Amino acid sequence: MIGTLDAKIPHGPLDQKWRSHRDHSRLVSPNNRRKFEIIVVGSGLAGGSAAATLGELGYRVKCFCFQDSPRRAHSIAAQGGINAAKNYQNDGDSVYRLFHDTIKGGDFRSREANVYRLAEVSNQIIDQCVEQGVPFAREYGGLLANRSFGGAQVSRTFYARGQTGQQLLLGCYQALCRQITAGTVQMFPQTEMLDLVIVDGNAKGIITRSLRSGKIDKHAGDAVVLATGGYGNVFYLSTNARGCNVTATYRAYKKGALFANPSFTQIHPTCIPVSGEHQSKLTLMSESLRNDGRVWVPKRKEDREKPPGEISEADRDYYLERKYPSYGNLAARDISSRAAKEVCDEGRGVGPGGRGVYLDFADAIKRLGEDTIRERYGNLFEVYEKITGENAYKVPMRIYPAVHYTMGGLWVDYNLMSNVPGLFVIGEANFSDHGANRLGASALMQGLADGYFILPYTLPNYLASQMGKRPPADSPEFQQAESDVRTRIRKLLDVDGKRSLDSIHRELGLLLWDKCGMSRHAKGLREALVKIRELREEFWRNVRVLGKDEDFNQSLERAGRVADFLEFAELMCIDALERNESCGGHFREEHQTPEGEALRDDENQAAVFAWEFQGDGESPTLHREPLHFETVHLTQRSYK
Amino acid sequence: MNFKLKIWRQKDRQSRGKLIDYEVRDISSNTSFLEMLDILNENLLGRGEEPIAFDSDCREGICGICSLTINGEAHGPDHPGAVCELYMRKFRDGETIVVEPFRVRSFPLVKDLVIDRSALDRIVQAGGFISARAGSAPEANSTPIPKHDADLAMEAAACIGCGACAAACPNGSAMLFTAAKVSHLSLLPQGRPERVTRALKMVQIMDAEGFGNCTNTYECEAVCPAEISASFIAKLNREYAHAILQRGTGE
Amino acid sequence: MIVAITGIILILFVVGHLLGNLQIFIGPDWINGYSQHLRDLGPLLWLIRIFLLVTVIIHIYVTIQLAIENRRARPEPYLDREYVKATFASRHMVMSGLIVLAFIIYHLAHFTVRVTDPRFALLNADPLGHYDVYSMMVYGFQNYLVSGFYVLGLFLLALHLSHGSSSFFQSLGLNDKKLTPRLAFGGRIFAWLMFIGYTSIPVAILLGLIKPAQQL
Repeated sequence: MIGTLDAKIPHGPLDQKWRSHRDHSRLVSPNNRRKFEIIVVGSGLAGGSAAATLGELGYRVKCFCFQDSPRRAHSIAAQGGINAAKNYQNDGDSVYRLFHDTIKGGDFRSREANVYRLAEVSNQIIDQCVEQGVPFAREYGGLLANRSFGGAQVSRTFYARGQTGQQLLLGCYQALCRQITAGTVQMFPQTEMLDLVIVDGNAKGIITRSLRSGKIDKHAGDAVVLATGGYGNVFYLSTNARGCNVTATYRAYKKGALFANPSFTQIHPTCIPVSGEHQSKLTLMSESLRNDGRVWVPKRKEDREKPPGEISEADRDYYLERKYPSYGNLAARDISSRAAKEVCDEGRGVGPGGRGVYLDFADAIKRLGEDTIRERYGNLFEVYEKITGENAYKVPMRIYPAVHYTMGGLWVDYNLMSNVPGLFVIGEANFSDHGANRLGASALMQGLADGYFILPYTLPNYLASQMGKRPPADSPEFQQAESDVRTRIRKLLDVDGKRSLDSIHRELGLLLWDKCGMSRHAKGLREALVKIRELREEFWRNVRVLGKDEDFNQSLERAGRVADFLEFAELMCIDALERNESCGGHFREEHQTPEGEALRDDENQAAVFAWEFQGDGESPTLHREPLHFETVHLTQRSYK
Repeated sequence: MNFKLKIWRQKDRQSRGKLIDYEVRDISSNTSFLEMLDILNENLLGRGEEPIAFDSDCREGICGICSLTINGEAHGPDHPGAVCELYMRKFRDGETIVVEPFRVRSFPLVKDLVIDRSALDRIVQAGGFISARAGSAPEANSTPIPKHDADLAMEAAACIGCGACAAACPNGSAMLFTAAKVSHLSLLPQGRPERVTRALKMVQIMDAEGFGNCTNTYECEAVCPAEISASFIAKLNREYAHAILQRGTGE
Repeated sequence: MIVAITGIILILFVVGHLLGNLQIFIGPDWINGYSQHLRDLGPLLWLIRIFLLVTVIIHIYVTIQLAIENRRARPEPYLDREYVKATFASRHMVMSGLIVLAFIIYHLAHFTVRVTDPRFALLNADPLGHYDVYSMMVYGFQNYLVSGFYVLGLFLLALHLSHGSSSFFQSLGLNDKKLTPRLAFGGRIFAWLMFIGYTSIPVAILLGLIKPAQQL
């Protein structure tokens, strides 16, 4: 059905592509813009900024979010910061360097053109956010402060305490509020998208369910923008909010949109370790902590139960500093995560269950004083104390990796449009910019880049050919989609079995964490595929969802999401199995260097894997989009 | 640990609600309060009873969706922090815990412990923004902002929009919420051009939403998970007086 | 804001009134002279009285209105309620205020209109027709019930002031984060100084430290 994937990357030199593309994209004149209705699903950094900006331009926007307010989208939880190539620190940063770092950080599995554009617009994002009143940290002279973040050799990260995501989201929420008042954006909070409607091959609407009343609605639009975030919650335990889900993107996948690189998930190295069976989520401790904290475990297994203070310097293994002398504690996320897993697998992990490593601030406190550390990380230390009851100024923190971000997502071209015309996908929901591993402080950058500065240029290019083509919301395609949604809801309620949603979801999560987590191998993945299918059957035979359809029903809303995770998990494992190499966050044990580093197969696997749905129970079809590297040289990532 | 719970159950806005007694057993002290409710809900489900509806999302104290009053205190006894940051180790074994929703007329109840806080969105929509069009922003470092002002603005901007201030206020006033946004934006040079209309409109909508009045009891700042200081309410009062005077002189 | 401004006026009056009344400790001539001086103001005194009356009425009218709004803001009360920071005084301003109002009415009837104590009519005015305020106070407060009610009224006034006298800074936006706790502390000190100041008069009279200037 789909031929070769055309990413529609503009011709010309890398640094001219975006400009020339903008110069030649089609426009929609101001008086015609109000004739277009744009559906934006999601109100985080990507969706919120897109909805606000499109509204500002004069389009009529309908924005949907499952939270009770757009201000609560999960972007709010990002802590560390946002990158930009401002070079305010005079330390040699540039657009090229940010581009290069991002490509390299992504282990050469992202598109050069997209990433270069991201680096280019990064500076505009900072300008825009400052103008909106985002209270970034400043120096005494009143100028913006920066810090080095997550392994970058330059200080290019802008931050607002440990709440950068919150402040950027509030900036964008406020811009959205302004458009709501202006009447250009209509907001639908507590409304979940349950299906995508395609009319004549174009995405022209969605089916939603009001989480408040259970009412099913049909919404028609001239284009649909998905900004629904990542699917990390497929692992049950992750740093994502409880509500984060794959439903919107997975429904789009089932309607023909390609899902790209679903196995690329990022495991964040600095999270608070799991403490018990009923834990509902994992809490991230900002990666910035690694700037001043030193990671270690005891050298000997026998010492792992000892209080850390009683383990002498000589008996400690600062394994990141030992293995990666030039980056040390700042080694890339996937590398640090895997290193932590390794030492714990060796039995040297600390804390409950031996799944934790120390992040020690004693040296930093000695060097800088407790006050400086408090100023830098005070709120993180408080969070840590609340959760664990331990004072990290006195005893080292315990951290362990946790699922944090998903680089995979719906396939999009350079215009951020999926293979389904009219379906745009932005932010974490698409696959585009981070390759196989995302650099710290780049998620916020991508979300805002897509929403403020890319989609507003690429969307009109599509709309210009769509004047007057919006179908009525009662056309047969909508009615069919609505009836499918209703059938599925009834099916969920009718199972009336014995098992709780949480127990099934937890089981799925453990299975994936084990077989498709920090490291994967073919045998494990094949086992997982069998077990996922069994678990899915168990779900549809034995799940128990109480309550009614047309009502506020939290069990029902979660049931739909878990059902989609159960299908999506399979796609993840298929992708992980198909990708016969190790790259970034995808570590296949069969493919590693003698030192245990990820071993890529650039000759055969330098491609995006995009999957096409073929029907329930059928294997999806793989489409490969080859990645061409014209500017950067493919090198083996080395953090030594 | 074991606990006796008295939890507010209410079918919908129109129905009458009441406290229902529950019990949970063998809860680890490292369990969060919301996880304890998850466990209770699992038990209820097992017995075929409808689970208790309560809101939670990020479960790390930043999204602001938590809306529980525990033993008479908004967000429970462990201030500062949202309910999701409350751990069972803060309670005594065998303790009876009363769980109610945030009770303010402007936050109508949806079901059990879930409330509708869209009134707070409408206050922000009234003017809690800076009109900055994407594309026309000047170079970020062209306007230096004294560190003190930027830090103070950040303190105000830290509000998570949970509404605990109004829930705890003896008068059901949302002054702290409104003050935080007005202060955040008026402390920054970018926010000054709209400060007069912002203060007037936000206060006007806040009153129209049916929130009570501030009588300076400072209960709001005591329960605020983001530790927003009530001194921002003084700042709002100043901004409002300034706005009235400006409007009065026709400037 | 209106509450704050009218509150400040009333606080100033409370301070001035106390300073006037404390002259009783210096002797009959001082306080009688002071009261005569006030009466000599003639129409101006009435102007001041009307001004204060209007202030009180506005203060009460607005606060009652606010209190009604506040009550409406939470139609369904909490079944369990704990306060973390709000003081008793701050939560019961309407109650303390209304009792203080009752006290003021009684106080005016007692000393200004002089209808509650028939003995006041027996007191001789001086040759120029000036009242002997000094003796009125002494006789008035010799009654335990009367003094008791005064002390109670003043206690509630102090409670009212302990919140009100610092609260207006906040309402008028005249404080900041550092100042607020200091003002709250200062407000409490001020309120209880007022209480000590005012109650010192009936207490001194009951203890016999101040004796009437003329016999009935």
